[in-house]
Amino acid sequence: MLRLDKRPQPSKRWNWATPFLAVLLTMIAGGFLFMALGKDPFIAIKLIFWDPLFNPQVADYSRPQLLVKAGPLILIAVGLSVGFRAGIWNIGAEGQYIIGALCGAAVALAFWPAEGWYIFPLMVLAGAFGGWAWAMIPAILKTRFNTNEILVSLLLVYVAEKILAAMSVGLMRNPDGAGFPGSRNIAQYPAAANNELIADTGMHWGVVAAFIAVIFTYIMLHRHILGFQVQLAGQAPRAAKFAGVAPARLVVLCLGFSGAMAGLAGMFEVSGPARLVSIDFNAYYGFTAIIVAFLGRLHPVGIALAGLLMALTYIGGELAQFTLGLPSAAIQVFQGMLLFFLLAVDVLSNYRIRLKTHEAA
Amino acid sequence: MDFSSFNPMVLAAALMVAATPILLAAIGELVVERSGVLNLGVEGMMITGAVVGFTAAVTTGNPYLGMLAAMAGGAALSLIFGVLTQLLKANQVASGLALTLFGLGFSALLGQGYAGVVPPRTAKLDLGLLSDIPVLGPILFRHDPMVYVSVAIVVAVWFWLTYTRSGRILRAVGENHDAAHALGYRVLRVRILAIMFGGACAGMGGAYLSLIRVPQWTEGMTAGIGWIALALVVFASWRPVRAMLGAYLFGGILVLQLNLQAAGIRIPAEYLAMSPYLITILVLVIMSSGRARKSLAAPGSLGKPFHAAG
Repeated sequence: MLRLDKRPQPSKRWNWATPFLAVLLTMIAGGFLFMALGKDPFIAIKLIFWDPLFNPQVADYSRPQLLVKAGPLILIAVGLSVGFRAGIWNIGAEGQYIIGALCGAAVALAFWPAEGWYIFPLMVLAGAFGGWAWAMIPAILKTRFNTNEILVSLLLVYVAEKILAAMSVGLMRNPDGAGFPGSRNIAQYPAAANNELIADTGMHWGVVAAFIAVIFTYIMLHRHILGFQVQLAGQAPRAAKFAGVAPARLVVLCLGFSGAMAGLAGMFEVSGPARLVSIDFNAYYGFTAIIVAFLGRLHPVGIALAGLLMALTYIGGELAQFTLGLPSAAIQVFQGMLLFFLLAVDVLSNYRIRLKTHEAA
Repeated sequence: MDFSSFNPMVLAAALMVAATPILLAAIGELVVERSGVLNLGVEGMMITGAVVGFTAAVTTGNPYLGMLAAMAGGAALSLIFGVLTQLLKANQVASGLALTLFGLGFSALLGQGYAGVVPPRTAKLDLGLLSDIPVLGPILFRHDPMVYVSVAIVVAVWFWLTYTRSGRILRAVGENHDAAHALGYRVLRVRILAIMFGGACAGMGGAYLSLIRVPQWTEGMTAGIGWIALALVVFASWRPVRAMLGAYLFGGILVLQLNLQAAGIRIPAEYLAMSPYLITILVLVIMSSGRARKSLAAPGSLGKPFHAAG
């Protein structure tokens, strides 16, 4: 039998190694999954992780997509990671993302067809505000009524999805759209469009925002008292109380920050890659970002790398869908397995594994 | 709008059917939480049960074999959660989420080609004289057998938790795992068994949805019912019979909401469809605030990891 001995402190070495180990294990398990689906596992893995970057036939298209997909994932995940560190679980980023997108789009559609430099910045503010406000619902319910923020933030995702559906067939529907659901094309409205900043790189304002968020969060966590409080609240809640950390303030700050980041991501997406408000413009980035946050070990730089890797699985998954006929759900399973393996191998950084020898007794 | 389509008897009868999947998932999760474990993967286990039960029933032509397969599927998925949280000491919140994310993808993969397929019909139970009682007959005694199975499970769980030795051990483990361990109870074994029971119940709830209530397979068809079941456990303050009352209350709201949509009330359908989630949040707020909280009595070790020292 094996025995677990708790380490006095998590192993630094394993802390670095476990994400790589988890990715490797996921590739192996994923290979078996693809084999079960009747595909050659080696071709499928190469198609997902190698071809989007290095196959000259597709790289021109897929390399820019890497930043397009990684941008929102990193932005949302960085926001979530701060709360996760403090033991505050916002799992409704998908809802905040939708509301942020709707608020941003509302500003754009209200000004249409006016021109002005101020429209896009206003949209950015509205997007962040929308996500923040939606996250304030679980935050205030938590601090005022002690209601579980996990359940409330998640249930609000379904509410947000219904609001999105109502908006895209109702208030925000394109009046010139012959009755089809969906808003005006915001990406074709110059004052509001979030287009590529440098041609053929996939770089748009959302990606810039993601990198700013990574740097900002890094500084906040490592150089600011707030970062210390966040870490303390997560690792030793009782000690945090004695150190003067106000739990309610931390809940409001963490949920608000992650909500604002998710709202921004939604706003940049709807005015750029998604182009318009439609019933299903949301691509579950809000949920995938949870995996990204854990894969990046809740560290801003780790999250940036994890976001790029996860974006790769999206793009590679699409590629495998076109060329191999791999079902799109397979890539979702693949991403889910990654989280399983991440959580499983974490035991290596927190515990020492020993062979239990049978003592004579 | 047209009120003539409102038949209180039909509404009351539909209520029990609407409540059954939530009730099944909630009673399973209730046992899991009474053992001190918070499994947030109910939604994932339900949708897995829905698809496994559906495919098994379509292949074999027998809805009850489908139900059994769904229970096995839910329990198998929950075992992943059990291994992660109990043996590998992984965070329960994150592991539960992982279960839901994985379950949603896995069910979509498994259910390919089953959209639009009609599952074998589950016959309604004919209870003879009971079914013929005016008013009460159609409301209570003309359902499919699974409705009564769910009620039986609730009563059995209540009896088991209150009056049997093993039920008390489970509660002891949930209230204080260190003390239970010191008394020589196998904390991890009890918890893993509880987790698998929860998975089987959630799987059955999902299969009830895809085989009887809807009955069809569509991707993501559980639409948050697993999360509502989690909230219901809090609403019931971890007591089985209260969970049943809560589920029927909730089933009533669901049915009313659907009937209002059908009757063409002048509120857009999207806003009506929000109401179950909003009401769940409202109930959570009421239950967790102020005076109500004192009577809540959540299990003492709920969500805390257990690692035997030495």
